Amino acid sequence: MMVEAIIHMRDLIKQYQMGDTTVTALDHASITVKKGDFVSIVGPSGSGKSTLMNIIGCLDHPDSGEYILEGQTVDKMKDYQLATIRNENIGFIFQNFNLLSRLTAVENVELPLIYRGTKAKERREMAMESLKKVGIADRAGHLPHQLSGGQQQRVAIARALVGEPPILLADEPTGALDSQTSKEIMEVLSQLNQQGHTIILITHDPEVAKMGKRMVRISDGKLSEVGMNEHEYLHIH
Amino acid sequence: MSIFTSIKMAMRNIKGNKMRALLTMLGIIIGVSSVITLVSIGQGSSQSVSESINDLGTNLLTVNISNTDIPFTLDDVDKVKEIDGVKNVSPVLSGRVTLKNGKTTSTVSFTGSNASYEDVRNLSISNGRFITDIDMDYRQKVVVLGSDTATTLFGRENPVDQKVLVNGESYRVVGVLASKGGSMGQNSDDTVIIPFSTAQRLLGTTHITQFYAQADSQDTINRTMLMIERNLYEVFGDADSYSVANQQDVMDTMSSVNDTMTMLLGGIASISLLVGGIGIMNIMFVSVTERTKEIGIRKSIGAKRKDILLQFLIEAIVLSALGGIIGVGLGLLATKIYTLATGSVAAYSLSVILASFLFSLAVGVIFGVFPANKASKLNPIQALRFE
Ligand SMILES: Nc1ncnc2c1ncn2[C@@H]1O[C@H](COP(=O)(O)OP(=O)(O)O)[C@@H](O)[C@H]1O
Ligand SMILES: [Mg+2]
Repeated sequence: MMVEAIIHMRDLIKQYQMGDTTVTALDHASITVKKGDFVSIVGPSGSGKSTLMNIIGCLDHPDSGEYILEGQTVDKMKDYQLATIRNENIGFIFQNFNLLSRLTAVENVELPLIYRGTKAKERREMAMESLKKVGIADRAGHLPHQLSGGQQQRVAIARALVGEPPILLADEPTGALDSQTSKEIMEVLSQLNQQGHTIILITHDPEVAKMGKRMVRISDGKLSEVGMNEHEYLHIH
Repeated sequence: MSIFTSIKMAMRNIKGNKMRALLTMLGIIIGVSSVITLVSIGQGSSQSVSESINDLGTNLLTVNISNTDIPFTLDDVDKVKEIDGVKNVSPVLSGRVTLKNGKTTSTVSFTGSNASYEDVRNLSISNGRFITDIDMDYRQKVVVLGSDTATTLFGRENPVDQKVLVNGESYRVVGVLASKGGSMGQNSDDTVIIPFSTAQRLLGTTHITQFYAQADSQDTINRTMLMIERNLYEVFGDADSYSVANQQDVMDTMSSVNDTMTMLLGGIASISLLVGGIGIMNIMFVSVTERTKEIGIRKSIGAKRKDILLQFLIEAIVLSALGGIIGVGLGLLATKIYTLATGSVAAYSLSVILASFLFSLAVGVIFGVFPANKASKLNPIQALRFE
C-alpha cells in the first residue's frame, strides 16, 4: 500500500553568516514524512533542530534544496504565501506553550481560525471541540496564568489541532514540564497520532523521542535515520 | 480577518491596560476638547459682536457734522432723505435728563429723534406707541420710556398716558420700548426718547450735529454712502465738516478680528492634537516592542503582514477615536461651564466638532502607521525568541 508523502525534503542547506565564519545549520538534510507518521527528531543542542523545525514549519526559507509540503513546492514561496501555508498545514506546539496571556484558553484556540476568516460562532464551536479532544474543555474560560504548565500545553495542542492541519510540529513540547506531566502530554500526542494526525516531534531527550514510531537523528545539520535496532535500544535504556 | 474582529481585538487590548490607554489618549483628548472649547467660544463672541452691531440698526449710516458755522437744519436732513437709496433719516440729539414721578427720580440718557428712529435703530414698542411726525411738528411734550426706566419710575403700573417730569416740565408718556438688553457697553433699556423738535427746545439748540441714514439694502449701501457724502459736500463745501460711517465696516472689522482670533486658537489647539498623535505613536512603538512575542506567535499561527499591520493600526485608530469622543464630550462640557460661569454665549458648530474628531482619527491613522508597519515587518523566528 502506497502512503502519500506529506513532507518531502531534499538536500536542504541553511547557513548562517557570523562575521567571517559560516555556520552550516543544515547540511544536505533530506527527509520524507508520510501521512500518519510520528517522527521524532533527536539531537544535541546546536545540532540544527530549531533551524529544521523553522523550515518545516514554513517560518524560514532554506538557502537551497527542495521542500514539498502537501504537494506544494514551498521553498521559494513569498512570505504571505508561507503565512497561509502555516495557517492551513502546520500546527505548532512550542516548548513554552506560547499562549497569548490576555486571551482565555478558548480564545487562544480560536486564533488560527480568526486568520482563516471563520465566522465567530463556528470558531467557538470548533475551539471547544478541540479543547474537548485534549481533555481541557472545563478550563475554556481560564486565562493562561490560571492554568498549570501541563494544562497550558494542552491548550496549545488544542490550538495546533483546531484548524485540522495535516502536520503537528512540536518543538520540545515537554521541555518545560515535570516528568509526570511530560508523560501525560506525550500520551495526548500518541493518542492524536493514533487518531490519524501526523506528528513531527523535536527533542533532545531520547526518553521522549522513543514515543515516536520513527526516529531521525540530527547532528551538525546532517540527518540520519535511526535503525530499528537502535530504536529498540533506546526504548530499553 | 474581518475588520469587526480586529476592532474587538483592539478594544480588548485597550481594556487590558486602561491606565496606559488613558495616558495615550490624553494628548488627543486635550487637543480635541481645546479645539472645540476655543472655537466655540471664539465663534460665540464673534456672533454676539455682530448681533449687537446689528442691534444698533441694519444698513445704518451714521453722519456726524462737526462744522457748526454753517447751520445744518431739518430741511437739509430731509434733502438727504430724497437721495436715491436712502430709506429713512433720523436726526438725533442726546444728553441726560432727570425724570421724576411722584417721589421717584431717575437720571437717564435721552435721545431726541423722529418717527423713523424706531425703524432706523431696530426698536420695538411693547406698550403704547412710538413718537409720530405730528409730535415732531407740534413739539409735543411726549416721551417714550425704555423698559428699565419705566420699571424704575412706575413699578408694575402701566405708565402709558401718565405724567412724568422731565427736567421739571410735565411730559406725557406715550409708549414703552421692548427690552433689548445691553449691547456694546450701553444699556439701551435705561433711556427715554422724545421728539427731536422738543429736544432742540430742551437743549436750546437749533443745530443738528448727528443723524442716521438708513440705506435701502446692504448691496447699495456703499453707493448710497457716496451720494450722501456728495450731498454734504455741496452743503459745506469741504470734506472736513462732516463724516459718514458705515455700520457694516465696523462689523466687518470686528468679525475679521474675531475670526483671526478663532483661527489662531484653533491652530494652537490643532498643534496640541498633533502632539497628541505623536504621543500615540510613541506608546504604540513601546507596545510593539512589548508585544514582539505576541506578534511572533500570531505570525507562526498564520497571521499575514497585513493582519498584524491592521491590528496595530486599528488599535491606534480606536485609541484616537476614543480619545476624540472623550475630547468632544469634554470640550462641550468645558464650553458649557465657561458660558455658565461668564454668562457669555458660545456657538457650537457641528462642523468643528466633526472636523476635530476626524482630525483625531487621521492623527491615529498617520501616527499609527509607523509602529504598525514596524510590527508587521518583524521576523517571526526572532519575534518568537523574544522574551
Ligand atoms: N539566527 C542565527 N544566526 C546565526 N547562527 C544561528 C542562528 N540560528 C542558529 N544558528 C546556529 O546554527 C546552528 C544550529 O542552531 P539551532 O538550529 O538553533 O540548533 P538546536 O535547535 O538544535 O539547538 C547553531 O550552531 C547556531 O549557533
Ligand atoms: Mg533549539
